[in-house]
Amino acid sequence: MYQAIVFLPLIGAIIAGFFGRLIGARASEVITTNLVLVTMPLAWLALYQVGMEGHETRIDLFRFIDSGELQTSWALRIDTLTAVMLVVVTTVSGLVHLYSIGYMEDDTHRPRFFAYLSLFTFVMLALVTADNLVQLFFGWEGVGLMSYLLIGFWYHRPSANAAAIKAFIVNRVGDFGFALGIFATFTVFNTVQYDTIFASAPDQVGKTMEFLGMQVDALTLICLLLFMGAMGKSAQFLLHTWLPDAMEGPTPVSALIHAATMVTAGVFMVARLSPLFELAPIALAVVTFFGATTAFFAATVGLVQNDIKRVVAYSTCSQLGYMFVAEGVGNYGAGMFHLFTHAFFKALLFLGAGAVIHALHHEQDMRRMGGLRKVLPFTWAMMLIGTLSLTGFPFTSGFASKDAIIEAAYAAGTPIGMYGFVLTAIAALLTSFYSWRLMFLTFEGKPREKPDVLAHAHEPPWTMGLPLILLALGSLLAGAVFMRFFIGGDEVSFWRGSLVTHGEAHHEVPILVMLAPTLAMAAGFAVAWYFYITNPLIPFGLAKRFRGAYQFLLHAWYFDDLYDFLFVRPAKRIGRFLWKTGDGTVIDGIGPDGVAARVIDITNRVVKLQSGYIYHYAFVMLIGVALIITYFIFAGGGLPR
Amino acid sequence: MTIGLSHYLTVAAILFTLGIFGIFLNRKNVIVILMSVELMLLAVNLNLVAFSAFHHDLVGQVFALIVLTVAAAEAAIGLAIIVVYFRNRGTIDVAEIDLLKG
Repeated sequence: MYQAIVFLPLIGAIIAGFFGRLIGARASEVITTNLVLVTMPLAWLALYQVGMEGHETRIDLFRFIDSGELQTSWALRIDTLTAVMLVVVTTVSGLVHLYSIGYMEDDTHRPRFFAYLSLFTFVMLALVTADNLVQLFFGWEGVGLMSYLLIGFWYHRPSANAAAIKAFIVNRVGDFGFALGIFATFTVFNTVQYDTIFASAPDQVGKTMEFLGMQVDALTLICLLLFMGAMGKSAQFLLHTWLPDAMEGPTPVSALIHAATMVTAGVFMVARLSPLFELAPIALAVVTFFGATTAFFAATVGLVQNDIKRVVAYSTCSQLGYMFVAEGVGNYGAGMFHLFTHAFFKALLFLGAGAVIHALHHEQDMRRMGGLRKVLPFTWAMMLIGTLSLTGFPFTSGFASKDAIIEAAYAAGTPIGMYGFVLTAIAALLTSFYSWRLMFLTFEGKPREKPDVLAHAHEPPWTMGLPLILLALGSLLAGAVFMRFFIGGDEVSFWRGSLVTHGEAHHEVPILVMLAPTLAMAAGFAVAWYFYITNPLIPFGLAKRFRGAYQFLLHAWYFDDLYDFLFVRPAKRIGRFLWKTGDGTVIDGIGPDGVAARVIDITNRVVKLQSGYIYHYAFVMLIGVALIITYFIFAGGGLPR
Repeated sequence: MTIGLSHYLTVAAILFTLGIFGIFLNRKNVIVILMSVELMLLAVNLNLVAFSAFHHDLVGQVFALIVLTVAAAEAAIGLAIIVVYFRNRGTIDVAEIDLLKG
């Protein structure tokens, strides 16, 4: 069964990828979608079997890399953590496949698109079922590659190509650290197998290793390096710049890769290696710091964005920060719980935004939307559910998971935990504001669309509607149903050691702290209502009065410009220098071009000897004869004397 | 002063050198080149005859006669070539004959 879950999408990808032209777009869609949809119930069954009944298992498939002491095999490690990820990946992927049939109906490259989607599903499943760090790295790089290919799916757009390259390069920065982390792990533990590492990790506490000429704590170093990979993949502060640009890809891709699955790989990795992180408190503090900063930073930027997908993208960035805060304060269950619920409501929001974009003929600017509630009531209802869940409206999924994180940050009782608590609570307020701003700008007020676009606006077809309904169900119910297992009383028996659970009685937190997220949500809603329903001119006035602050937020704290100045332009200058001066002038000038030029010079002179006048030739001949005779005279005619 | 072998050889060498200079200092006419070649042949003949007398060996003088015969034939053929060339190109100016140019 587990082999089927992992490899059915690969089969679909191979069929659609290699034979898509042969069997046609429709057949490619049907085959890939069905193969992924088959894995969905299997994954839920796996979650039931593993999580509820406790049938963990490990399936050894084949030897992967054997080199000296490095022995890795390709194995499927099926424990609760994996099962949760299997459910997230296959569910969202299956629904996104179905949705894409409707969304991509006009595209001429559908077989390629579906092959990419299925191949992505396969590598993501390989990532979550990994049994060792090398296999994890395979999946890690695989999803990075597929992300690149899918962001650049519309390759005729220069902006899509630029965004794809940017995503790839920024991820390389993180993956550099990640690879170093794996090397360091191997150096310290002499293995890359999870179980062996976890078993011997306590012995390594306090040991040091040399890094950049300094003696540093081995476990802290490993965890920080690995977390660097997570920062790149999960778009955390400083390495977040690729995620908003990744919205150049088709919207289903944004929902699948840049909201629900790939960007959560970092969160998953930290949870997977939680026994290691638990022994490195400094690394955990760093995780909390970056998570909280990202949650706050991305939320502030989300406030002023005008592109509907960018708002949701920054929201994703922010929510990923929440997950890292939970993990940083040691509550891995809450982090995974938020990952789980976030997958539903964020995929719902993205697909809902996609439905709006689809209805408006690929218009993404919210300034040209408005008044769509009456035109697209179904889409409005779905987006409303997603927004309620994202903002943490009581009894939705987001409420359960987000509150757990904010409380856990407070309950940690450390300065860094308090930092996390304050920033995530503020971010909850901002989240509520920008989410409702999105809703009001899109669905309420006067229509600002072009009349012909509005006239053709239509509700999505059933292939797009059904995924929305299922995800909406997940957004409403996943929290209530699974809370008990992920973070509640059955926590320990649910995870059963697949991640670190502390399992102590629930911390007592002041009632104000418990209510803080809800209050923040209500406040954000009220402000958004006042700004965009009651008095729509206020935002313009504010933007004009606080022009500097507005521009600062609109340009995402000028990170892109900063990186452009610090890295991109110097890199281009170095490249230009090496290209023009290094390669062009020095290497080509001395090497091939120089030799060729000298040969031409010499031959040009030699050609002049060929005057064509007989007397010149005769003269040369004579000189030659004279020289030879002279030689023989002085050498004694060549005879021995 | 008796006239010895070295005098004959000197005259022959002077004639030979004149022939050489005639070949490549001449800018005018192919016939002059032909005459210069003739001059060089005569210089060699002079050498043959001089050595023949010096060694009292008649073979050298017989050889000189053969050379004269060959030179006559050569002059005839050369002149014929020049005539044909003139018919084809309309000139026998040395500066114009540069078809061998690479």
